[in-house]
Amino acid sequence: MRIARSSIVNSQSSRETMAWRRIIITLAVLLPLIGILAYGFTRDPRYINSPLIGRPAAPFAVTLFDGKKLTLDDLKGKTVFLNFWASWCPPCRAEARDLEAAWQTFKDGDVLFLGIDIQDTDEDARAYLKEFNVTYPNGRDLSGKVAVDYGVWGIPETFFIDPQGQITYKHVGSLGSALITAKLDEARRGIVSAKEGKGAYQAVR
Amino acid sequence: MTATIGHASVIAALLLAVWGIIAPVIGSRPGRERFYASTRAAIMGQFFLVTLASLSLIYGLVTTDFSIKYVAFNTTRATPIYYRVTGLWGALEGSLLLWEWILIIFSGLVAWIYKERHRELMPWVLMIFSIVSAFFLVVLGFVSNPFESVFPVPADGRGLNPLLEDANMMTHPPLLYTGFVGLAVPYAFAMAALIRGKLDEAWIVTTRRWTLTAWFFLTMGNLVGAYWSYHVLGWGGYWAWDPVENAAFMPWLPATAFLHSVQVQERRRMLKVWNLSLIIIAFSLTIFGTFLTRSGILSSIHAFSSGPVGTVFLVFLAIVLLGSFGLLAYRADHLKGQPELDSMVSRESAFLLNNVVLVSALFTIFLGTIFPLISEAVAGVQVSVGAPYFNSVTVPLFLLLVFLMGVGPMIAWRKASWDNLRRNFLWPSVASLLFALLLFGWNVRDFFPLLGFTLLAFVVLTILFDTALAVRARHRIAGEGIFSALATLARKNQRRYGGFIVHLGVVLITMGIAGSMGYSVEREATLRTGESLSLGRYRILFQGLKGSQQPTHFRVEGAFRVFNKGEDLGILSPALKFFPAQQSPVGRAVYRSNISDDLYLILSGFSELKENQATLKILVRPMVMWMWVGGLVIFLGTIVAVWPFRQKGRGWRIED
Repeated sequence: MRIARSSIVNSQSSRETMAWRRIIITLAVLLPLIGILAYGFTRDPRYINSPLIGRPAAPFAVTLFDGKKLTLDDLKGKTVFLNFWASWCPPCRAEARDLEAAWQTFKDGDVLFLGIDIQDTDEDARAYLKEFNVTYPNGRDLSGKVAVDYGVWGIPETFFIDPQGQITYKHVGSLGSALITAKLDEARRGIVSAKEGKGAYQAVR
Repeated sequence: MTATIGHASVIAALLLAVWGIIAPVIGSRPGRERFYASTRAAIMGQFFLVTLASLSLIYGLVTTDFSIKYVAFNTTRATPIYYRVTGLWGALEGSLLLWEWILIIFSGLVAWIYKERHRELMPWVLMIFSIVSAFFLVVLGFVSNPFESVFPVPADGRGLNPLLEDANMMTHPPLLYTGFVGLAVPYAFAMAALIRGKLDEAWIVTTRRWTLTAWFFLTMGNLVGAYWSYHVLGWGGYWAWDPVENAAFMPWLPATAFLHSVQVQERRRMLKVWNLSLIIIAFSLTIFGTFLTRSGILSSIHAFSSGPVGTVFLVFLAIVLLGSFGLLAYRADHLKGQPELDSMVSRESAFLLNNVVLVSALFTIFLGTIFPLISEAVAGVQVSVGAPYFNSVTVPLFLLLVFLMGVGPMIAWRKASWDNLRRNFLWPSVASLLFALLLFGWNVRDFFPLLGFTLLAFVVLTILFDTALAVRARHRIAGEGIFSALATLARKNQRRYGGFIVHLGVVLITMGIAGSMGYSVEREATLRTGESLSLGRYRILFQGLKGSQQPTHFRVEGAFRVFNKGEDLGILSPALKFFPAQQSPVGRAVYRSNISDDLYLILSGFSELKENQATLKILVRPMVMWMWVGGLVIFLGTIVAVWPFRQKGRGWRIED
């Protein structure tokens, strides 16, 4: 009787050990799998450390909405805030007022804001500028060449260019006013950022 | 207002889902059985509320209520009404709502149909549905809310991606989602059986038709996706092994394996753990697929924008995997005592081999899909494996599968006798070898196509031969003519003959794939008006370009007159469409299908309109049309297999 009973207890406890063993094996298979998928979030497949930062800005020529022409050479000696946008891009709309406010703050210094509208219609773009009372110069990238030269893939996308014509910082997505102030200050002093920044953006089409 | 109703419905449905999770747990205590009944009410309530939310969003889309951000992003005033409705699944938030809606429709159907049956399992089945539903409702309520408002209200919306403005937008996503979500039914029953420890065959028998239905939608969703890619994307292909295509295809593999291996369990009480694992894997892969599309962790043309929703999906995927497999491991003791295989030459082993092949294919494709992640984690470099990897590994596996498709249904259970083998396979084998010689004589001499077509012939021959024998038997016994004998056979043995028809459909699809993979030719040239380009038996004469302003875009069309061995087949006009907000034009390829091949024309470029010079790419792709015909045949076969025929004196038999 006693023997029989202890063997029942034994088989029960060994069954529990077996169950635990199986659960541990299951975990050993599944956890690395989940781990690797989680690792996927630590990086963005489209993220490339911008090769543009620290390099001379690519020359460009745009026609402004008031009909004047503007090239990069015209801007030598100034700190340039170069912003790519489009009227159909919600994060661009979100930051539009901040950009204009920053322009009002910095326009008397040696700073120039330049907006470049991409993948847009003339009518929509003008309506956008009017809606947000944008007063800094803006032009349209009709051929898409400027956007390609600057590797624009998500707008708004902003480049900070120092007075020597070197790109000091690149930001994909909307900027806050604090970041604008900080990065403009660095650009004015020629300090090159290590990495590009990212905010809410809309992929270009 | 619309947005408020929609959002409130989502939140209320979430509360009911939470109740649907808690109630069975309380109800499992003695004396509190009445709580079980409320799980059903929780599902029905969610059904009502989610339907209300979905209809609200559709209403917002149709009435172009741009105060809802989702509507503003996915419609414009110029969008025709049907594309406004399809806007429901045109982007992330709406497609998640559609997913939840289909899920809750399935759950409601299950709750309604099994009102009086499976009293012990149902509360837990419905609890599983509520868990899945609660997850989607959390996402819809708090992470990517389709009813988010936008201020100031824009004057006009942005519109769908022009590639999505296509008739297939109405079929491909809903079919695929229905297939994905349909797998939740067998999954829920499997989990309920595990929770209750009721591990007999009941859950399998009950969910048989649900599984087959889900499998059908999954197959169609993939096939229509291939068709869409073929006729819209304008690159002449239908499958690119893109991560998201793989994600849609992967659940199909364990689902197919499951459909076959449950038959072994039904007959022989074998493979219990295996079947549970397959359905867990299949269901997890549907979540994984959705995760992949929404997380942006791999680059793909299908990817929606990335955001926090990916993380939420990963957490849920982890819960599903760990919970389900943990439960399975815990209950594995109750799943023992299965008989061993009696013989290696038997239907069990054919089905088992079929399963091994399908799971190997799944593993291969899964590995290839997440390989960029693994390589970056291990070596720090992101390396993608492309179509060559997938093709070279999966083609042999799929050929083996085709062979098994010929063997499996005909070979005997337990142990095949020589007599069984000779009767079923001798003539089909001889005939398919003769067919192979004939193909060889026709210059089909490459190994894989020759083997492929021979195996396909073998499958068709075994099916025809078996059916012919059965028809002859009925003719002798009951004196029936051929067609009435076929009808009786199909009605008396729906699964077998439905399965045969589905297999014939798979044969046709495989034939289309093999033909177009092995024997496509293409040519590209720049032509002036009056010049022509020849490929095979076709000659294409360029007759000029025409530009026209369409409501949403500017279109440049080329006129090409097609001659087949001198016979005038009329004009084909491939076009390039220029959408104002798009950098590169969208191509509209045109093709002419016939039973032997497709002639596919792509306008790849043109100089200024006046000069009338165009660059044309032509492809001749053999047998592509058979893939689409195969889809129709599968549809027919599925109907034969699941149709609730009226049995004499028994009334409608929906399910057991």
